Formats: sequence, C-alpha cells, structure tokens
Amino acid sequence: MTQTDFIKLVMPFKDKVFRLAKRLLVSREEAEDATQEILMKLWNNKEKISDYKNVEAFSMTMTKNFCLDRLKSKQAQNLKIVHSNYQDNNTSLQKQVEAKDSVDWVSKIIEELPEQQKIILQLRDIEEYDFDEIAKVVDMNPTAIRVALSRARKTIREKLTNTHRYGIK
Amino acid sequence: MVLNSIEKLLEKYDTGETTLKEEQQLKTYFAQEKVAPHLEPYKTMFQYFNNTKQELYTKDVPLKPRKSYIYQWISVAAVAVLMLGILIPNVFGGGPTSMEDLTLEQQMAFNETKKVFDMIGTQFNTGQNQMGALSLASSNFVKGAEQVKYINEFSETSSKFFKSKKSKNK
Repeated sequence: MTQTDFIKLVMPFKDKVFRLAKRLLVSREEAEDATQEILMKLWNNKEKISDYKNVEAFSMTMTKNFCLDRLKSKQAQNLKIVHSNYQDNNTSLQKQVEAKDSVDWVSKIIEELPEQQKIILQLRDIEEYDFDEIAKVVDMNPTAIRVALSRARKTIREKLTNTHRYGIK
Repeated sequence: MVLNSIEKLLEKYDTGETTLKEEQQLKTYFAQEKVAPHLEPYKTMFQYFNNTKQELYTKDVPLKPRKSYIYQWISVAAVAVLMLGILIPNVFGGGPTSMEDLTLEQQMAFNETKKVFDMIGTQFNTGQNQMGALSLASSNFVKGAEQVKYINEFSETSSKFFKSKKSKNK
C-alpha cells in the first residue's frame, strides 16, 4: 500500500476520529495528538489493513480504546481539582455570557455524560452512524445502545430546558 | 412541516427509536430560523450537532515509511569487530616473547619439561634400534620369499612333466 492509497483510505474518516477523540479528551491538542497516534498506528500496520472488513469502524474502535486508556492514565496521574467548597451565588457576567451562548452549553452538558453515552451520542447524532456500525465500535447490542442514546438525549434536553428557563436572568 | 409530526418524531427521538432518515428530517426542521418556542432546547441541540460536524482535523499526518535499521546495525557491528581486532592484540599480546621475560620459576618449569621431553626422545631412539632388528628380519623374509618362488617354478614344471607322463600312459 502506498502513501496515496493510505491517505485515500483514511481521508473520509480522519475527521470523525478527531471529533470522537475531542469529545472524549475535550482538549483540542490532546485530540490532535490522539488522532495522529491512531493514524500512525494504522500506517504502521498497513500490511494488515486489507484484512479488516471495515477499516472505519475498526479505527473508531481504536480511537475509543485509545482515548479511554488515555483518560484512565490521566486520572491516575493527576490530582483532580474539585470545586466542592466553591459557590457562586450571584449569576456572574461569565455565567450570563455562557447562558446566552447556549450552543456551547450543549458541549458542556455532553462533557458531563458518562463516557459510554458520550461515544454513542457522538457516533449517532454527529457522525450519523447506524446502529449496526455503532454496535461494532462500542461492542454492545443495539437495544442497549438505544437505551444509552435515549438517556443521553433526555439528559441533554432536560438540562438545556433548565438553562433556558433559569440561566438567563 | 407540520408541528404535530415533528413532535411525534421528537418523542421517538428521545427514546432512541428514530431512523437516520427521520433524524435528518428533524435536523432540516431545526436548521430553520423559527421554531416553536417550546422546542427551543432541541434547536440548540441540533445546532450544536451541526456545528460540531464542521470541525475538521487540520494537522497533517507525518507518514514516514518504516525504516529498517538493519544496515545501521551491521555498520555498528563492523565497527565493533574492527575495534576488537585492534584492541585484543594490544591487551593480550603483551605477554612474554623471549626467555629473558620469564620468571625464575617459569624457567625452571620450562627446563623440567624440556628434560622430560628429552628423556622421551631417547627412549624413542632405543625403540628405533630394536626396530632395526625387525627390519633385518623382514629383509630376510623377502629373501625367503624369493627362494619360495624357485620352489613354485619347480612344482610347475614338475606338474607339466606329470601331465605328459599320464597322457603317454593312455
């Protein structure tokens, strides 16, 4: 497989890999590193690539696992800063701006979802995969995926409704 | 599109039952400017999904063909062999090269072994003398063998003689 062949193969889904990585790792730089890592791994195993029936699904699975590993090692390494004793009673200007920019709110809400739901929501609502493809990536049966997806969607909607009602004040 | 059908679709959407096509319908509906006020949260959601989809991976991938490092390792090995070839004679070749370099003990040991070898040598020589007697015997054997040849010749002629006698008798 030559370099051009590889790029042709990878081109259609490299953005999807990146977006999934960003969804899980949040930071853009981290996601870029992860994407690069995934593409390099694919390139290094280019002899075996033709054996995979669905390279895209395979890459997405790789991305998912890679990012989850990354998160795990990060949690082990770093101290978590939890604002348990910090309270902001009056709605700050910051908050108001955030509330106005409610599209950004969605990403914050999604950030709070469990990893599993994040992945499924990302694959379904943003990348528009069908359930069979998602099942391949996350290794779950379609019913469970539906349930997780439904939970994620409901959570987002409820939280958004709340911010719409109370956020702008 | 009728609001009613959109609401139905949204209900399905919330339970995760919609197909990709139906979701596409929802997306086009929420892409428009004005939506029913109670559906505002959905609009934000779908807007967000659409925005996120535009995000691209812009960094380029450094694709290097995998180098095989075997030649480099071979050169390293060659250098190592060369160094050893130079080092070994210098380090281990500095031993004694003449009799004067030996210590007294070593000289004595050398002399002792030399004596022993000499002794074995003389023994060999006496053995060789005895071998001379053997060779004399063997030369005599050769002479005897020649004499036996004469006897053979004699017996051949005598058998001829007997044959002719027999034929005469018939």
